[in-house]
Amino acid sequence: MAWYKNIYDWLEHRLQLEGPIKHEIMHPVPRKTASWWYVFGSASFVLLMLQIVTGILLGLVYAPSAAHAWDSLQVLNHDLPLGWFLRAMHGWGSNFMVAVVLIHMAQVFLFGAHKYPRELTWVLGVFMLLMTLGMAFTGQVLRFDQDSYWGLGIGASIMGRVPFIGGPLVHLMLGGPMINGATLTRFFALHVFVIPGTLLAFTAMHVWMVLKLGINEWPTPGRIVRRETYIAEYTELAHKDGLPFVPGAVWKDLVFSAAILFAVAVCAAVFGPYGPTGTPDPTIIATVPKPDFFFLWLYTVLSFLPPELETPFLLIVPPIAVAILVALPFVAGVGEKSWWRRPVAVFSVMFIAICFGVFTHLGTYTPWSPIMNAWSGAPIPVELLHNRTPLERQGANVLQQKQCRNCHQLGGLGGQRGPALDTVATRLTEDQLIRQVLQGGGNMPAYGAALSPAETTALVAYLKTLRPHYQPPAVDASRGVVAMNTK
Amino acid sequence: MDEHPVAGAAEDLSRRTFLMKVGIALNAAVALAIATPVVAYLLGPVIKRKEYLQWIALGSADDFAAGETKLVSFQNPFSNSWDGATAQVPAYVRRTGTGSGASDFTVFAINCAHLGCPVRWFKESQLFMCPCHGGVYYADGNRASGPPERGLFTYEVKLDNGKLLIDAGQIPTLSNRASADGPCSGGEWPQEPAEKALANIVKTIEPYKPNPYESPRG
Repeated sequence: MAWYKNIYDWLEHRLQLEGPIKHEIMHPVPRKTASWWYVFGSASFVLLMLQIVTGILLGLVYAPSAAHAWDSLQVLNHDLPLGWFLRAMHGWGSNFMVAVVLIHMAQVFLFGAHKYPRELTWVLGVFMLLMTLGMAFTGQVLRFDQDSYWGLGIGASIMGRVPFIGGPLVHLMLGGPMINGATLTRFFALHVFVIPGTLLAFTAMHVWMVLKLGINEWPTPGRIVRRETYIAEYTELAHKDGLPFVPGAVWKDLVFSAAILFAVAVCAAVFGPYGPTGTPDPTIIATVPKPDFFFLWLYTVLSFLPPELETPFLLIVPPIAVAILVALPFVAGVGEKSWWRRPVAVFSVMFIAICFGVFTHLGTYTPWSPIMNAWSGAPIPVELLHNRTPLERQGANVLQQKQCRNCHQLGGLGGQRGPALDTVATRLTEDQLIRQVLQGGGNMPAYGAALSPAETTALVAYLKTLRPHYQPPAVDASRGVVAMNTK
Repeated sequence: MDEHPVAGAAEDLSRRTFLMKVGIALNAAVALAIATPVVAYLLGPVIKRKEYLQWIALGSADDFAAGETKLVSFQNPFSNSWDGATAQVPAYVRRTGTGSGASDFTVFAINCAHLGCPVRWFKESQLFMCPCHGGVYYADGNRASGPPERGLFTYEVKLDNGKLLIDAGQIPTLSNRASADGPCSGGEWPQEPAEKALANIVKTIEPYKPNPYESPRG
C-alpha cells in the first residue's frame, strides 16, 4: 500500500470524517440546478475566504493607531515586496464581494429560492448582506485617510439625527466625543473580530441549510410551491432527475470561483490599491471627501433629499427596507417560483438595479457639489470675452472672483450645482438677473451682501452678453403687453 | 443514529437533570456578574461626556482682525498620544466688530450642519461652501442654500484677559452641539429665519442704477 494511503487511513481511523463528508457532497441535486446561474453563492464564499486570508496578511503589518495607521499603509504600499498587491487584492476583493453578493441575492430572489422551506436561509442571507456592507464601511475607515476621517464625520452626523439618544449614539460610535484614536481602534475591532466572526457563523448556518434543504430547483412555470407537498416533490425530482453535487454541479462553481479570483487579481495588478488619500489631518480642509464605490448611491441620495425629508428618510427607510427583505419569504413564501409568472418581482429587481446604477453613476461626478477651485482654475473661454466693453470685462472679473464659477459652468468648465451661464441672457432679463444675483433663490445664495453696486452693475452687464448671436435676448413679456396697450 | 443509552433509572435522571439546571443557573449568574462591568466598559464613551468639554484658548483676541474670518485649529482637550493628527480640530473665528466683548466674536465649527464635511470659507463671496453636497452658508453662519437644515454650528465664546476662549470638545451633530453645556449660540437654531435675514441684506443694498454707458449686445 502506498505511504500516503497509510497516512490517510491512520488519520481517517481517528477523525472519521470521510463518511459524513461523502454523504454531504454526494447528495443529489436536480439536473437543471447544475447551472451557471447557481455559482454566485459559492463565489461569495470564496471571496470571503480571500478577504480573510488577505486581511490576516495585512494585519501582520497594519498599525491600528490613528497616529500610525496611515504610515503603515505607506509601508505596505511602497516598502514591502508585494504589500501593494495584497492591499489591492483586499480592496478589489471587497468590491467584488459586494457585487457578487448582490448578484447572488438578485438571482436567488428571481429564482424564487427564498420560498418554503428556505425562508431562514434567505433571512440569514439578508443579515449576511448587511454584514458585508458593514465590512465595506469599516474597511474604508481602517484605510485611515481623509476620506475615512470625514466619512466617519458623515456617519456621526447620521447617528446624531436619531431623536433623544442621538448624542450618546455618536459618542458610542466614535468611542468618545471626537474622531480620533479611540474611533480607529473600535472600528478595527469591528472589522477584524466582531463582524467577520459573526459573518462566518452565519455563513456556516447558511451553507448548512443549503445542504440540508437542497439547492433550489430550476423554477418552472406552473410548478407551484405548497407547504404540504414541496419536500416530497423536491426529493422526487432530485432523485429521479438528479446528479450528485460532486462532481455534477461543483465543477461549474470551481471554474467560476477561479475566474472571479483571477479577475480580482487582474484588477489588483492593473488598478492597484485604494489610496490611502491624504493624511487624516482634520486641519487640512482642502479636501473633497467621497465614499467608496458601494456607498456612492447613498451619497447621491443624500444630496437630492429636501432638508426636511432627510432625517426621516435616513432613520425610517433603512429599517423599513431591512424589514421588507426579512418579511419577504413569510409574505411570499409559497406559489410560483418562475420569473415568467412573477412580473412584480422582476420589475422590482430591475427598478432597484436601475436606481442603484443611476445614483452610483451620479455619485462618480457629483454634479451637486461646488467645484471648490473652479473660480481660480477654470478660465472663462476667450470667445466669451471677445468684443466686450470694459464694463462687461470687469463683470467677467467679478464673475470669476466671486466664486460664481464654483457652481456655474461656462464653456463646459466649472461646477454644475447651478445652471450653465453660456446662454443665461436668453433666459433672464436684466431685471431678473439683478434680482437673482442680489437675492438668490432657487438654491442660489443671495450675493447682495458680497457685491458692491458697482460690481453688481458690471456683473449683470457681462451676464447680459452671454447668449448666442442667433438667439434673441430674454424679454419681459409684461412690457410687451404694456407697450401694446399704450399705443 | 447514535442512541447513547443511559444507565440508571428515571428518578436518577430527574435528579441529574435538576443538577444540570443548577449548573446552568450558576454559569448564568457568574456570566451576569462578569458581564455587568463589561457593559459599563462598553458604555464608557457615553457615560463620562461632561469631562470632555473645556474652555480652550484660540489665541489673543488681537490676532483676529475686525470683519475677517480666519481658519484656526486647536488641540482636542481629551486626547491620547496615539491620536496623531486627529487630536487637532479646525474651526473658523469671525470677528464682527472692533470691540473686545465676546459678542464681537463668532466661532464656527468646521463641520457642515448637513453631514459634517469640512466647509471652506471664501472671503471674496463671503460664503462658506461644503464640498460634499453643496451646503452653502453666509458669513454669519446662516444657511444660504443646499441640503443643510440649519446654519453652521457655533462654539460658546468668552474672552479672558484678552484671550479668546471657546467651550469645545465634541464633534457637533444635530443632536450633539459643539458646546453641549447650557444654552449657547451653537445650541440654538438660527436666530432669524432666512427670509428676515435676506430682507436685512437687501435693505442695505443701494438701489440699482442702470449704467448709461453700457451697450446692449446685438
